Amino acid sequence: MRAFTMTATRGRWLAWGGLAAVLVAAPLVFRSSLALNMLSQMGYLIIICLSYNLLLGQGGMLSFGHAVYTGLGGYAAVAAIGYVDGHGLAFPLALMPLVGGAMGALIAVPLGYVSTKKAGTTFAMISLGIGELVVAFAIMLPDLFGGDGGMSINRTYGKPFWGISFGPQIELYYLIAVYCFVCTALMYAFTATPLGRMLNAVRDNPERAQFVGYDTQLVRWYSFIVAGFFAGIGGALATINFEIFNAADALSSMRSGAYLLFTFLGGVTFFFGPIIGAVLMVLSTVLLSELTAAWLLYLGLVFVLMIMYAPGGVASLVMMNVQMARAGKLGRFVGLYGALLLACAVLLAGASALIEMVYHMQLSAATGSEVKYLGMRLDAATGAPWLGAAAVALAGAWAVHRVGRRLAHAWGRAQEEIEAELQRGGQA
Amino acid sequence: MTCALELRNLCKSFGRTEIIRGANLAVQPGERVAVIGPNGAGKSTLFNLISGRLAPTSGEVLLNGTRIDGRKPFEINRLGLSRSFQITNIFPRLSVFENLRCAVLWSMGHRYTFLRFLSGLHDVNARADELLAQVGLSNKRDVQAVNLTYAEQRALEIGITIAGGAQVILLDEPTAGMSTTETARFIELIRQVTEGKTLLTVEHDMGVVFGLADKIAVVVYGEVIAFDTPEAIRANARVQEAYLGSSVAEAQGGAH
Amino acid sequence: MEFFTISLLNGLSYGLMLFMLSSGLTLIFSMMGVLNFAHASFYMLGAYFAFALSGRIGYWSALFIAPVLVGLIGAAFEQLCLRRVHRFGNVPELLITFGLSYLVLEVVQLVWGRNVVPYGLPTQLQGPLFTLYGTQFPKSRAFIMLVAVLMLGATWLVLQRTRIGLVIQAALTHPETVQALGHNVPRVFMLVFGGGAALAALAGVVAGNTYVTEPAMAYAVGTIIFVVVVVGGMGSLAGAFLASVLIGVVQTFAVAIDTSLADLLAVVGVQVSSGNPLAQALRLTVAQVAPMLPYLLMVLILIFRPRGLMGTRED
Repeated sequence: MRAFTMTATRGRWLAWGGLAAVLVAAPLVFRSSLALNMLSQMGYLIIICLSYNLLLGQGGMLSFGHAVYTGLGGYAAVAAIGYVDGHGLAFPLALMPLVGGAMGALIAVPLGYVSTKKAGTTFAMISLGIGELVVAFAIMLPDLFGGDGGMSINRTYGKPFWGISFGPQIELYYLIAVYCFVCTALMYAFTATPLGRMLNAVRDNPERAQFVGYDTQLVRWYSFIVAGFFAGIGGALATINFEIFNAADALSSMRSGAYLLFTFLGGVTFFFGPIIGAVLMVLSTVLLSELTAAWLLYLGLVFVLMIMYAPGGVASLVMMNVQMARAGKLGRFVGLYGALLLACAVLLAGASALIEMVYHMQLSAATGSEVKYLGMRLDAATGAPWLGAAAVALAGAWAVHRVGRRLAHAWGRAQEEIEAELQRGGQA
Repeated sequence: MTCALELRNLCKSFGRTEIIRGANLAVQPGERVAVIGPNGAGKSTLFNLISGRLAPTSGEVLLNGTRIDGRKPFEINRLGLSRSFQITNIFPRLSVFENLRCAVLWSMGHRYTFLRFLSGLHDVNARADELLAQVGLSNKRDVQAVNLTYAEQRALEIGITIAGGAQVILLDEPTAGMSTTETARFIELIRQVTEGKTLLTVEHDMGVVFGLADKIAVVVYGEVIAFDTPEAIRANARVQEAYLGSSVAEAQGGAH
Repeated sequence: MEFFTISLLNGLSYGLMLFMLSSGLTLIFSMMGVLNFAHASFYMLGAYFAFALSGRIGYWSALFIAPVLVGLIGAAFEQLCLRRVHRFGNVPELLITFGLSYLVLEVVQLVWGRNVVPYGLPTQLQGPLFTLYGTQFPKSRAFIMLVAVLMLGATWLVLQRTRIGLVIQAALTHPETVQALGHNVPRVFMLVFGGGAALAALAGVVAGNTYVTEPAMAYAVGTIIFVVVVVGGMGSLAGAFLASVLIGVVQTFAVAIDTSLADLLAVVGVQVSSGNPLAQALRLTVAQVAPMLPYLLMVLILIFRPRGLMGTRED
């Protein structure tokens, strides 16, 4: 049997096939209704985060107002469903996300024109301001946008199509999965088109892009519209999933901030980074929030640490290790990684004990001063748990620092070896 | 015959400081002009004014008879003028091939389309490969531009500049920072790739100037004080007084 | 007439407070190229620290101590976090200040809860400064104006008349040159960032008890000062001043105007019926639209004068 060599084409088939397989099989593996809910959320959040990264990672445009396009996409879907349902038209639910996408693209035309007049930091501030403008506008017109109560829909409206009514979550999940796969493929394809590549060029060096004949504002504006389209699709799916649209929530800057945070955590320099980000987003908001009241604090800390030590996100960490593995040098780090993991666990144990005790004393002091932590009972009113936790945290921090430095050194040496081999190979 | 590039009483002031004080120049198609002058004379500013990086305070710049002063850089580029930069201006995170491909895209009429794959644009890819070979970077095709050596990046810069097929090329100190051997090779490269085009280059190395140029324009204090053949420039008293008066320059020029 | 004068004074007071904040933001941006997303968080911390301290040591001591504390926090953040991230570029720098703002919000909510805290005025600042035709102009607002003017005067003095100010001014545009001349530029950065944080906190101390002190205050004022900076022109202090006063005055006036487009139409005899789909929009009073006005102004500036009122930097 011939040895299996990984070529670019084979790699691509594997990746896309893998994605399709995971999307299809996931609900069969994770069968609980909670899991199904989470998978559905992941599905459309992948579309949203990828659309966000089209701006940030591909185009270097940091937006604080992406929720405008997802939110208005959701609004369009809700309004369209209401209209179709009210008039008894035979417009299928399956096409409603496209309505959302159209809305997102439409809104991106004027708003994008204004936003892309500037680049960099100014663009970020403009996006924030426009986001605020739209939310304020929507809240001012409750007749149009539903007000506090929001606008609800019934996603099973109309007649079932081949027995599919989209009532059961599993049916909606597969609709989301199809859109997720198609949109991911389309956005990936975009990166391989002239506009997509020029967007990268404009990100890298807008001046040079001008001097090869491209109007950088148009490149950014057109890409902004494309991103708005996919954002609208994602937002429409989100609203269909929850069957309600609330303007103050769907368009809020908190939402925009969340898209930013998790896309960045996933990784902006690789195409698949936002996919990881979307998964992390659902896991955090659904699972982590149940686990601890301090989840937002942990999230904030992880975000800050990520920026300082791994600005390329989880994706870049993965790819660094993949490259090291390809060079055959990953094996030597196993011991160091193990030690680092242990040190981190110790640090986490100590630090989170402190955090949990603080949160308990501030928020649930009425229930007594005992905090249940990792199977132990810590009496937060006494000094001992505080000192113990602080000691553990400090020990962990010291260990992380030491192991981290050794790891960095070893990594640097391995990188040098790789480079030397490349040079030799290049000269041979 | 219309001039390829013409400057008419071009002036540029920054606040109250006059940098360019009425520059006049008329370059015929196919001429190779070296722009020389003391440091601070305004050579780079002239280039910035011509290429649209700066707008003139007054005066005109004409490209093949059309006024281009005050226009945006991309408009000027589309009209057939391309430039390189003194400080390397490439797309650092794209590969060498992608850099060249981006430089070719507009000239091949593909504009802002997202409905075609880059891999399917055979004309673009062929031209990019051709350029890759011309600048001698074929073995670095897929290397990220930021990882090239300095000389390789300068070569890429030249490649990007000529990629779009512009007929008027401006090179701002193309050999800056290079060793003697690198410079010699680079001059040969420039000569080849700008065959038949109008070339303006800012240079400090007199050997390069006298070897490459048909005509020399001398810029002093924001004015073009002389524009003539190398021999005439050498003999020009004003130029000698302002710039070429040192024996070092004599020796450099004499060696070529 | 009285409405006009009092509203003008109120608007000026609010505008000066906005300028206290946006000036620090502009200075930090001009020097370090960092847009400090956490600037409004320092403002919030100033208010909360003053609230916590004035209970123990009195308002007037808190007025000085709270900003110093926040300044130290800002300097520490610059030293430990921002500096590390500087080499990754502008986006990560902005993101880490965004992360900081997130964390500060969480901690504030943890320590002081999610509701409004009773950060009150000291007795000396309660009551009206003067009464004009029956409308009062509160002492507290006048105090804000006083503090703003003093603060700006002091900053101007430091920048223009002291040696460290000279170094800061030079480092604003040419940090490498200044470093080559032997000055400790990283320390200057830390000073400027910490100083900016302290000034923001000072604004918080005086504004927190005049307006309201709650976790949402950082967010509410944060977006407005970004608008101020965009409208005024990035990197321009004069522009920031102009824009702050403009936005402060416009918003204060707008909130008091109860007419709507429908009312104006009624004057010319056109009645807007309830069945009209645009009815709700047309019936919106200026007061209801007021929160939106700064953002609307920003959009208009971007369309008609992208470099801002007095901007010199072209992005």
